[in-house]
Amino acid sequence: MRTTLAELSASLKSRAFSSVELTRRLLARAEATQPSLNALITITADIALAQAAAADREIAAGRAGPLTGIPIIHKDIFCTDGVKTTCGSRMLENFVAPYDATVVEKLRAAGMVMLGKANMDEFAMGSSNETSYYGPVRNPWNPGRVPGGSSGGSAAAIAAGLAPAATATDTGGSIRQPAALCGVTGIKPTYGRVSRYGMIAFASSLDQGGIITPSAEDAALVLAAMAGYDPRDSTSVDRPVPDYRAGLERPVAGLRIGVLKEFFEKGLEPDNERSVRAALEVLRGLGATLVDVSLPSIGLSVPAYYVVAPAECSSNLARFDGVRFGYRCKEPRDLLDLYRRSRGEGFGAEVKRRIMTGTYVLSAGYYDAYYLKAQKVRQLIASEFERAFEIADVIVGPTTPTAAFELGAKTADPVTMYLNDIYTIGANLAGLPAMSIPCGFTGGLPIGLQLMGPHFSEERLLAAAHAYQRETDWHRRSPPGHE
Amino acid sequence: MQRKEIETIAHLARLDLDEAEIPVYQASLTRILELTGELDRADTTGVAPMAHPLPGLAQRLRADEVTERDAHERYQSNAPEVEAGLYLVPKVIE
Repeated sequence: MRTTLAELSASLKSRAFSSVELTRRLLARAEATQPSLNALITITADIALAQAAAADREIAAGRAGPLTGIPIIHKDIFCTDGVKTTCGSRMLENFVAPYDATVVEKLRAAGMVMLGKANMDEFAMGSSNETSYYGPVRNPWNPGRVPGGSSGGSAAAIAAGLAPAATATDTGGSIRQPAALCGVTGIKPTYGRVSRYGMIAFASSLDQGGIITPSAEDAALVLAAMAGYDPRDSTSVDRPVPDYRAGLERPVAGLRIGVLKEFFEKGLEPDNERSVRAALEVLRGLGATLVDVSLPSIGLSVPAYYVVAPAECSSNLARFDGVRFGYRCKEPRDLLDLYRRSRGEGFGAEVKRRIMTGTYVLSAGYYDAYYLKAQKVRQLIASEFERAFEIADVIVGPTTPTAAFELGAKTADPVTMYLNDIYTIGANLAGLPAMSIPCGFTGGLPIGLQLMGPHFSEERLLAAAHAYQRETDWHRRSPPGHE
Repeated sequence: MQRKEIETIAHLARLDLDEAEIPVYQASLTRILELTGELDRADTTGVAPMAHPLPGLAQRLRADEVTERDAHERYQSNAPEVEAGLYLVPKVIE
């Protein structure tokens, strides 16, 4: 049975074991699973043990908060002062961040212990963790399957019990899809809820940091420490952070759950549909009412995303020029050659594909047809969500159409890979909070349930997920060999 | 997507592609543009383009005050080539 962060927190508080003991145990686990799972890019054992010792002193002094001494793994997209931050790319193979991301700083201030940096798709572009320069992550439930992406290392780490929390980011589903495929809990907060400062940018109007944990209660504890206004991120929202843990007790009775017609149409595997419908019945049994909702334009979310996200990525990744930081080619002939070869050699195939797609849709003569059109469709989808949330408090459905697929199964055609995010992209386009929690299995592989809500409804999502997790034990199951 | 177009885009994006990569990107960008071409199906008459997911929450401006201290040595420790506090690049002006 998987141990939750909340349980570890109680054990540390009661001195059943110390943070140093817990940290040593998890570091040993990380080392042992690295050859088979490849969930991490860097293990920061010295930092972890020093932070754990400091946490133990806080606990002894009676100054411990709920996260004091709790180990965490940071997705390698978050800058960590003095520690290599690669973003899964050759481009940043030797980049040692000169400052901490706000998220890293806040979680350290809350007493969390950094074990290492999680593997990920290169620059968070991918849905299978196969685009990482540091090799693919394997799914702990079945090493022949992908863990999902782009936060594949974070999700696999939680599933394999390497830590009780891992930071993650979500631009089109990169928290929820790997959480679903690895059978763990992941939340993507409302756009602007968590600071993006020090989080390497992919698509700035879509990117949002969040957390992957064993349970919704755990997610509530960590999110409370991560969220909040940051003057260093002009898009972070200046709005009080609720007490998410206290909010877990909000009743499900009376909650209006929207069942999205379009998410149960073609493409959804029968086993996934059965598990999701069974989960809806569990929530109904707790007093929620199910209402039918429809988002007629949601089918256009993948096409809209693959204009908007590459456009923003082509602009954001222009900073990698081989001059100020990152990879530089050998013996450049002139400045143009320096730019072209440093970028050509430093970026992997998928990143180059997205930069080129973005460059194309923003180029003279195509801007209106692609970029402006996609922004209008984005507005259409956001407005449809707004109308749906007039009759539903949350929308619940599948996170992914299938369970984890085999390594290599979708690498030949990028569009096949992109369509894997068909249920998750809508929340990013509209800036909505959304989460994925485990709700069943098919062929020994986990199935994810997605909950989406209106802007700043994290409390409501966490409460519904927590109520569901009280009734079920899917989130408690560990992969064979990783108990 | 023609070979020439891929070369033009790669040049605009400052990406050096090797010979083997060009047909791969020709094929995959063609596929991606087919996908994004589905946007034409949507009737967007009178719909305002959405650039930011939280409309109404205008991006803030901050006071024009110095908030960073000089840390160029630290930042430049990540640079491929630095001399006397300057980033080195190939000669630009003959």
